[in-house]
Amino acid sequence: MLSFDLLVFFSLAYVAFLFAIAYFAETRARARTGWLRSPAIYTLSLSIYCTAWTFYGAVGYAARSGLEYLTIYLGPSLVMVGWWLILRKLVRVGRAQRVTSIADLVSSRFGKSTALGVLVTVIAVAASTPYIALQLQSIALSFAVFAGEGAGIAGSEAQLWTTAFWSGVGLTLFIVLFGTRNLDSSERHHGIVMAIAVEAVVKLVALCAVGIFVVWGIGGGLAATLDRIDASPIARWDQPGGRWLGLTFLSAAAFLSLPRMFQVLVVENDGDERNLATASWAFPAYVMAMSLFVVPIAVMGLERLPGANADLYVLTLPLSEGRQGLALAAFLGGFSSATSMIIVATIALATMVSNHIALPLWLRARPRGAVVSGDVRGAVLLSRRLSVGAVMALGYLYFRLTSGGAALAAIGLISFVGAVQVLPAMIGGLYWRGASRIGAAAGLTVGALLWAWCLLLPSLTGILHPDVLSEGPFGLTWMRPQALFGIEGLDPLMHATLWSLLLNTATFLTVSLFSFPTPLERLQGAQFVNVFDRAVGGARLGPGETGAEDLLIMAQRILGPDDAQLFFARAAARQGKDGYLPDVTPDFLTALERELAGSVGAATAHAMVGQMVQGAAVTVEDLIAVADEAAQIMEYSARLEAKSAEQEQTARALRQANEKLTRLGLQKDAFLSQISHELRTPMTSIRSFSEILKGGVDGADAIRFAGIIEEESRRLTRLLDDLLDLSVLENGQVELRRQSGTLAEVIDRALASAGGEGGLAIDRRRGEEGLLLQTDLDRLAQVFINLVSNARKYCDADAPVLRIRVGRSGGRAHVDFIDNGTGIARENQAVIFEKFARLGDASRAGSAGLGLAICREVMDRLGGGIAYLPGQGGAAFRVTLPPPGTGLDEAAQEGAVNRAARVVV
Amino acid sequence: MAKRVLVVEDEPNITEAISFILSRAGWTVHTHADGATALDKLRRHPPDVVILDVMLPGRSGLDILSDIRADPGLGRLPVMMLTARGQDRDRDLALSLGASRYMTKPFANEEVLESVRALAGE
Repeated sequence: MLSFDLLVFFSLAYVAFLFAIAYFAETRARARTGWLRSPAIYTLSLSIYCTAWTFYGAVGYAARSGLEYLTIYLGPSLVMVGWWLILRKLVRVGRAQRVTSIADLVSSRFGKSTALGVLVTVIAVAASTPYIALQLQSIALSFAVFAGEGAGIAGSEAQLWTTAFWSGVGLTLFIVLFGTRNLDSSERHHGIVMAIAVEAVVKLVALCAVGIFVVWGIGGGLAATLDRIDASPIARWDQPGGRWLGLTFLSAAAFLSLPRMFQVLVVENDGDERNLATASWAFPAYVMAMSLFVVPIAVMGLERLPGANADLYVLTLPLSEGRQGLALAAFLGGFSSATSMIIVATIALATMVSNHIALPLWLRARPRGAVVSGDVRGAVLLSRRLSVGAVMALGYLYFRLTSGGAALAAIGLISFVGAVQVLPAMIGGLYWRGASRIGAAAGLTVGALLWAWCLLLPSLTGILHPDVLSEGPFGLTWMRPQALFGIEGLDPLMHATLWSLLLNTATFLTVSLFSFPTPLERLQGAQFVNVFDRAVGGARLGPGETGAEDLLIMAQRILGPDDAQLFFARAAARQGKDGYLPDVTPDFLTALERELAGSVGAATAHAMVGQMVQGAAVTVEDLIAVADEAAQIMEYSARLEAKSAEQEQTARALRQANEKLTRLGLQKDAFLSQISHELRTPMTSIRSFSEILKGGVDGADAIRFAGIIEEESRRLTRLLDDLLDLSVLENGQVELRRQSGTLAEVIDRALASAGGEGGLAIDRRRGEEGLLLQTDLDRLAQVFINLVSNARKYCDADAPVLRIRVGRSGGRAHVDFIDNGTGIARENQAVIFEKFARLGDASRAGSAGLGLAICREVMDRLGGGIAYLPGQGGAAFRVTLPPPGTGLDEAAQEGAVNRAARVVV
Repeated sequence: MAKRVLVVEDEPNITEAISFILSRAGWTVHTHADGATALDKLRRHPPDVVILDVMLPGRSGLDILSDIRADPGLGRLPVMMLTARGQDRDRDLALSLGASRYMTKPFANEEVLESVRALAGE
């Protein structure tokens, strides 16, 4: 006899195993291993369609209604087989628009509407909560079966609650750990997908094992079992064709519009449409295997355990036959089905609640136009985690309120009908340009209200008075929940499905026809409907006045500094510019918005960028672009656009070069003047005091004056050394000595040499600095010393702090030196690496302004680089370290090329 | 009573050299290192002669010179400009702004003394 404690132990061990799998997959995902994205994993992840409802409930369903349970599998299989009809477009649009959830899809399609996002989110939460409750119930019940077996009684209600509660807590922990660990802009969770793929295998194996046991173990083989089936009432009960058709359609529609299915079908789809091609036959095969043994188990259950709960035959049959091991496998299968559904559904709902309700509220609470402050990533992650907790709590609450209520399958179908209300707006949005935001909102509202009135409320005991069911509200008989407009005789499920979808679609179509879509809606509409025809940008924002630097600051807070900087640097490179700040063109804004949408949803990203960019309204050019849709014109203008973009890029490069030349010309003039000044100043003191000494002064003064002469001579020497160093570096005559050591050692040395005086605090993370370097460490230290002394000299904060951070970008390690002063003005950022480019008043500092020029030459020679990093709050320099494999000779060559390029420009 | 010179110069060693030379010759020497506040100091205690460096922190010596010439109280004050930039253009600019003398660093001590004396009308 399996004790309850042992069962808890097995469950915990199984959960620990899942944690390990998820952790392993996350680590592998970071290493970008190919098989994680394989079509097989994708297909298995789709199996979260088979929840505890299908694992346990299908048998119960078969025991009650015969072969009708097959419709639940038939619908999704049809959708998968005909994947190129709808799914291909759905996935393509989802990837192109970086959609994060089904609410995001609808919101994005209809002009990035926040209101629609909220509406879909509310419907999704209302429809999914009972389903989550159902899974908790099945976990609790299956525990109770074992407990009851041991104690001879069924588990009490309080016991069920406790089990459900702790399962919910454990699942919340798992989801928060792996589902909201980082804010990935692609919103994919490799760990979780891997875990549910494993669970898919577990539940299939478990169900088949029970099936085989039933057929060959106690049924006496295949032929005997078939005879039994023929004899049982299951085979005799036949259903009206209309209900079959209706249920098949309902499950197909739900397969497309359930939030959790959308999550695995579209959002987590890491490969591309090839995944779909494989899943189109593999998924139907999987569900066929899942449904194979349902009837034999149901028949055997009815025969051996009359009067027992048919929903639990999978568990109770092996138990009653004394097969503990098999029962345990069945238990784990059911556990898998329930947990995988809860995990994915909760993530999908939490993303929606967070992106469409919590974040817009948070955004609205702040004054318009204010620059986004604080760490938005933190806020987003926190709101995700809180949403996970809230969704789980709702599910648990629903479970407690309805505990012991309807049979498993009934709740599942009620959820289906609720989720399906999104379908008209979704399909309409994908295929019909005329669909409008107001139409979608109206259709959704009508559908959701009808669903609640006809199906959800009647299913909750004690909410609707029995009179309302039989007589209608206030005696209005045409409003009877289960016989609208006096049409009786339909079963309640079909009745609700029919009316809600019919009126939902009709309202959606009518209102769409009579309302005029906004420009943004029309643009997005074109994007969605014509996703296969063209690859043009999405709705564009006007360039406005916002500086690229402000946008970078915002993007860093959402995407994280590394990703944001990489994104900006790439955009700048595409425009033919150096550095991290691209021109704020409509193309760039569109791309940025899409990148942000991956983290916070389209509507929020649009609002955030719009808040920063003045004139967020659509520009005249955009409207013209919408109007001119004839294919010819589009193609012609696309060609023109490409040409003019090319010219613009050339012009931009020329303009930049010209600006630089002008600056360099001015600098050349300044150079002579500067060098004269730098040499003459110490010379003045030397000459003057020499003359004084020559004339004779008394002893104390003489010593002091001689001291001044010596000090100024040293200063002269230092200047000449710097000039010489620079000229040697520029001519490539320098000898580099290759040494090895850790980054921490080099930084230690630099900090020691740069002197401890002056109140500059150093904030560094030694843990990050273990990197082993193989290059000329003396030269590298020279660069660091320069940066530290600069911070010491120029940082104008009251309490100056220099942060030293190590990171990676584009496969190369880098060290950032960031102080908390005012930083360097935009117009000066381009010239600070030139000789004598000291900014502002010249005589403030004791050096000649050669430091950064030397740093750049040194880093070029070492095969690394140094650049100014804008948008960090203070002056910030990024030293890109030489790649580990580079020999100094190659590095020198690369340096020579860089220098040559500079000379040409 | 000894005549007063104000030396506006930010290099401490150069200031010290000029102070030494002039004090030894019997002048009372005041010094000031900041360009931004030099004009205030001049207005509060007008000296007999000003020695003004061109490159000062806070404000350029040439700007200060223009203000002196525009000031009714200081307008006729003798101003000797000191500069470490030896180009003719700089000299012309300084003289056109109203400098009384223009001297390039490094200088001979005797030259400084003579110029100051000449400017003070001795």
